[in-house]
Amino acid sequence: MNSDKAYIIKVSGPLVVAKNMRNNSLYDIVKVGNLGLIGEIIEMHGDEASIQVYENTNGVGPYEEVISLKHPLSIELGPGLIGNIFDGIGRPLLKLKEHSGSRLKRGVNLSTLDYNKKYKFYPTVKANSNLKCGAIVGYVNETKAICHKIMLPPNISGELIEINEGEFNVLEPIGKLKLKDSSIYNILLMQKFPIRKQRPILKKLAPCTPLITGQRIIDTLFPIAKGGVAAVPGPFGSGKTIVQHQIAKWADADVVVYIGCGERGNEMTDVLNEFPQIEDPKTKKTLMEKTVLIANTSDMPVAAREASIYTGITIAEYYRDMGLNVAIMADSTSRWAEALREMSGRLQEMPGEEGYPAYLASRLAEFYERAGRVITLNNEETSLTIIGAVSPPGGDISEPVCQATLRIVKVFWGLDSNLAYKRHFPAINWLNSYSLYWDNVKEWFEKNIDENWGVLRQQVMDILQQEAKLEEIVKLVGISALNEKDKLKLEIAKCIREDFLHQNAFNEIDTFSSLKKQFYIMDIILKYFSRCEQAISNFNLNTKDLLNVKAREEIGRFKYVENINIKNVYEKTLKNINTEILCLEKGGQL
Amino acid sequence: MNFKEYKTIKEVAGPLMLVENVKNVCYDEIGQIILQNGETRLCKVLEIDSNSALVQLFEAGYGINLKNSRVKFLGHSMQLGVSRNIVGRTFSGIGRPIDGIPELLPEKYMDIDAIAINPTAREYPEEFIQTGISAIDGLNTLVRGQKLPIFSASGLPHAKLGAQIARQACVLNKSQEFAIVFAAIGITFEEANFFIEDFKKTGAIEHSVIFINLANDPAIERIATPKMALTAAEYLAFDLDMNVLVILTDITNYADALREVSAAKREIPSRRGYPGYMYTDFASIYERAGRIKNKKGSITMIPILTMPEDDKTHPIPDLTGYITEGQIILNRQLYNKNINPPIDVLSSLSRLKDKGIGAGKTRADHADVMNQLFSCYATGKKAKELMIILGEESISDVDLKYVRFCDAFEERYINQGFNVKRSIEDTLNIGWELLKMLPKSELKRINYKFIEKYYK
Repeated sequence: MNSDKAYIIKVSGPLVVAKNMRNNSLYDIVKVGNLGLIGEIIEMHGDEASIQVYENTNGVGPYEEVISLKHPLSIELGPGLIGNIFDGIGRPLLKLKEHSGSRLKRGVNLSTLDYNKKYKFYPTVKANSNLKCGAIVGYVNETKAICHKIMLPPNISGELIEINEGEFNVLEPIGKLKLKDSSIYNILLMQKFPIRKQRPILKKLAPCTPLITGQRIIDTLFPIAKGGVAAVPGPFGSGKTIVQHQIAKWADADVVVYIGCGERGNEMTDVLNEFPQIEDPKTKKTLMEKTVLIANTSDMPVAAREASIYTGITIAEYYRDMGLNVAIMADSTSRWAEALREMSGRLQEMPGEEGYPAYLASRLAEFYERAGRVITLNNEETSLTIIGAVSPPGGDISEPVCQATLRIVKVFWGLDSNLAYKRHFPAINWLNSYSLYWDNVKEWFEKNIDENWGVLRQQVMDILQQEAKLEEIVKLVGISALNEKDKLKLEIAKCIREDFLHQNAFNEIDTFSSLKKQFYIMDIILKYFSRCEQAISNFNLNTKDLLNVKAREEIGRFKYVENINIKNVYEKTLKNINTEILCLEKGGQL
Repeated sequence: MNFKEYKTIKEVAGPLMLVENVKNVCYDEIGQIILQNGETRLCKVLEIDSNSALVQLFEAGYGINLKNSRVKFLGHSMQLGVSRNIVGRTFSGIGRPIDGIPELLPEKYMDIDAIAINPTAREYPEEFIQTGISAIDGLNTLVRGQKLPIFSASGLPHAKLGAQIARQACVLNKSQEFAIVFAAIGITFEEANFFIEDFKKTGAIEHSVIFINLANDPAIERIATPKMALTAAEYLAFDLDMNVLVILTDITNYADALREVSAAKREIPSRRGYPGYMYTDFASIYERAGRIKNKKGSITMIPILTMPEDDKTHPIPDLTGYITEGQIILNRQLYNKNINPPIDVLSSLSRLKDKGIGAGKTRADHADVMNQLFSCYATGKKAKELMIILGEESISDVDLKYVRFCDAFEERYINQGFNVKRSIEDTLNIGWELLKMLPKSELKRINYKFIEKYYK
């Protein structure tokens, strides 16, 4: 055996140990065995290296060769990412299908970007100018919705010698840069960046504007800020994926990166079928024109699941650096943690809680910390928001992944299987969920939507809290023991639950609720409440009659009112409430 | 081809065996152990470290002798020989024919570990399958290519329900070839026999492929059984364009076998001693269901599992629920009330129902009726609880109506028995009749135009 050649000595599932590896660095990419499977060095012991392989290793045996590519796991960043779907290490799945059919063949090496496609490039800088690291040199129109800024890589700066307008593919130089050491650097439409490294920024800021999702319970009660981090834990069947899909569809982010990490294959198919047909309310283009999909379904190799999260966030950071607001959905971080656990077990590391490695919490924190409202290298203010689903075993959030996540995130949307059984969706439990961004975004809502937003929200929260207490009393002594006002409160709480918090993701109109509409529904329920209260105190009317007003049905159907009519319907309903209750007060019948 | 035989078995312990001084052996390669009396057993390479291979036995270890037994590595992964003639045949848990008819001549050999389907090549399942069971068709609709497990518990009639689905399931307006693949994984003879007798009675046996690993067969054989069954199913579905219904029973036994091997390997256990990779392992089975673009066939999967102590949060049902597209949960209280099939509709779920129902597929009002029934039944159950505590007099009139609805719903909608086949029209009409027990104003989830049409 050639003494310099690196070769395999041990294979155990996705873990391969190779010998003669002393000349390599930690986290270098290697090609493993005769099939050339892609792997990454994760441990070095003298001359031996442990490699995590991103593809199935069946049929691989000792003494097969290992070739190092001498660079860390990186992804190609450039035009062509949007509207596309990639696996965990950035291979284009649609191309892969053309190449090897309906099943994923191993050892296929396809570039992330299409090298043949030409883009029309428009420069925005002039030759002879000095460019800083990460400077924007021009743009291409990647899709109808996304103007893709071409930037220098974050570690390259110098004097621009030449820049050309025209049609280029991602490998053709669009200009030349003279570096400090006088060497010439060819500027391309594409750059490569290691996925485990955070892309540099100038400064991080505290989040202050809400990410509008069109989901009433989220926007009104537990809002997430642009640049914030949220977690959605819930047992199976509680609608985690629907919440994630809804946010991916309707959030007012410029770019959405959706990572299907160890989840069902059909869910990705669903996104692929649906997104090209849905119109984004902001740009009026299809959703696919602002979405990047990363799919590592549960039957795909485990190690690539670990990488998929980083691939996704690196792509997200790249678009953020252009000055775009990016939101990233990770469904589900539990599967990612399980992939960590599996590799850790095979490396025979000392386990922490429930077999998870001791570094689970720090890895999670590292990932979530890549979110934020930032000033980019180009001095633009923008944001990267992360929404991570967590799948706790048995729905019990005391498990390590949930607990480690909750220590980091600021928004917690706790999904409740009891609500899901009642088909109350989104099944976000209003009693234990929270958002620590409320104080940051309150001002925005009051300035942009209505000055009463904060007051109304608090009222809604109060009624829901009181309902929980009253329900306990009712369970003990029956509803007849309550006074009229408390009976009314229970009914209003029901009204809030059914007519406001409940939202039908499959209804064409109800699936997205504008902030103005959210305000109107909230306002009308509370106005109805105070009007009824008034009638009870002043005229001693009973709740039963007040609940029978026809306007109540109108409130129930308000969520299905189209956005252009909301103001009219709101005013009409308000008027009807008044007239009907007035009639009751005068002793009339409905 | 000539394969080298090794007489270097160093250790045998439980399902694991160490063979030394091997050459050119690969990870996941299949091996054949030849005993001194000529008998052969199968094994698989779990780990290969320089020249020693750690292998996992697929069959019982008795009779293996460190001195005289030999191992031959076959240069490929575990495979199943398939041809059109597997239909109608019965195999053992590791794919050997046990029906007394001569071995079949395979048209080709397929690896039992499937390669993952490219998610872009999947076709989204959205064709309604009529099972003839209201609690499934009306509320937790099954579609072609779905994986929908039955979560049962010991003493509940999951076998009857499984057999009923196998007997009654049909895709409306389709005349495609249909096959059943049935895998008995560590179940008792009686239960396996119940299925087979039922298949015989209905003639389904003619288009069934049966894999049988009974409770008294070696537990480690079970690890291959579901994969064998799915390989056969994939061949029928994607090579021969058939619609295949796969019934796997009981996944709990499979998981226990996994745990046994994992413990023997001294792996760090996750919850309740099950291996940390059980999710991934389950996924490699369940995700094989589905449809593929440009292929006519499909694999619809009904895995059956028993929840230990009726506990849905036990790792086996829990991890299954995270992978499958819903679940049908059987409920002991309903069964004790003699309501059959005892499907707990509220905790059951079909994730793919929304795109499989509605106009052109079932009926336009289906979604609304479904949502309304769910919501009313949930309210009814709550009202019933209240009534038990407070007595009939102290609950409101509307609540009383809900209580009556709740009882009628269980009695008429769910309790249809194991031999009645209802069309989707019947199911929906019964739903409307029940909803008529409630005032119109309570039916908030139904579009007005349907109320006008059906609420008479």
